[in-house]
Amino acid sequence: MSAAEPQIEHGWVQRELALELPGLALASACVTPAAPARATADGRAQRLAVLADRLRGAQVVALRTRPVVAAQRSFFRQVGLDPDVQRTPIEEAALGRMLQGGFVSRTPLDDALLIALLETAVGVWALDDARVHGALGLAMGGEGAGARLVVADATGPVAAAFGAVVVDRRAGPHTRRLRLFAIQVPGVPAIAVEEALWTCAQALVEAGADR
Amino acid sequence: MVVLDDRVPASARLAHTDASGGQRAARAQLRGQIAGLERQLARAVVDGWPRVALPAAAGAAVRPGPRLLNLGELERVRDELADRVAGADMALRRRAELQAGNRDLLERMLLEPGRHRFVRVTRADVGEPGCGAWHVRPRLGLVGMLMGWWHVKLSSGCPLAT
Repeated sequence: MSAAEPQIEHGWVQRELALELPGLALASACVTPAAPARATADGRAQRLAVLADRLRGAQVVALRTRPVVAAQRSFFRQVGLDPDVQRTPIEEAALGRMLQGGFVSRTPLDDALLIALLETAVGVWALDDARVHGALGLAMGGEGAGARLVVADATGPVAAAFGAVVVDRRAGPHTRRLRLFAIQVPGVPAIAVEEALWTCAQALVEAGADR
Repeated sequence: MVVLDDRVPASARLAHTDASGGQRAARAQLRGQIAGLERQLARAVVDGWPRVALPAAAGAAVRPGPRLLNLGELERVRDELADRVAGADMALRRRAELQAGNRDLLERMLLEPGRHRFVRVTRADVGEPGCGAWHVRPRLGLVGMLMGWWHVKLSSGCPLAT
């Protein structure tokens, strides 16, 4: 196993969720990103430009019929979200590409997450591993009607499912080790989720490869 | 996948096993129906693009986050989606009928241009991509009009950008 092929860890799922939404899972992987080399910024921008070229109007509309996206859209509806309003990660990125005319290269981590998303249609999020306690999993956060699906560690929620990461768990400039995670919704094969994590890890390694 | 026990006492769970099991099965069935309807809607959107504007969701709003829906909520989602699929099917059917009518008209124009003077049918009207149009026009301008020499001209395509 190379540095770009991280060990995939399968997260826990709260019993209530597992019974109600069989097939829902979470996978995570730890990655130690190398400091980015200046020379690779162009490479990342170039790769994003190539990926942007793959997404034109007709392809963006047809995204919803691709198996992974179709499964995500169905899942969104099943958990009370309208995917035409709160879009799936890949559709959100595609809409941004249509509005901006391309993808803007940002930090190595942002770019790696975006590349993984565009290559696999599976969203990947990153946490500062030092601020995560124990294994990650999926749980219901909150009580009663206000309970929401969250990604949690041993101490509590670390991110909203398909949403923002809790501020004090975010990866920042001083993060030494990242904990990447992706949510596998029913109908999406595990290999797609694992590929998303591998792609993200690979992109992070490449970002520092030319140092 | 590791499933964590949610620490509800076993006795409390057992008392509701039958009722909750039945309801869970009903919710699973509704989720299956929602998934099927979502696939139908997605196909309709792709089939209709870019000519047919399909009806948007009524009252769709940003929700605070994903959650487990109860039976009633899942039924509402299923019914709203079914309405949208029906609306989309109707819009596509109407469009298909309109295009079939326009194709008939185009055939008649080509057979008898003199009976369809100055009628214009665009490629979009018959469901074809591009900007061309079939237009019944007189040969040789005014002379053709006076002599009854009509023919169908196909325009060369999209206008150049200015």
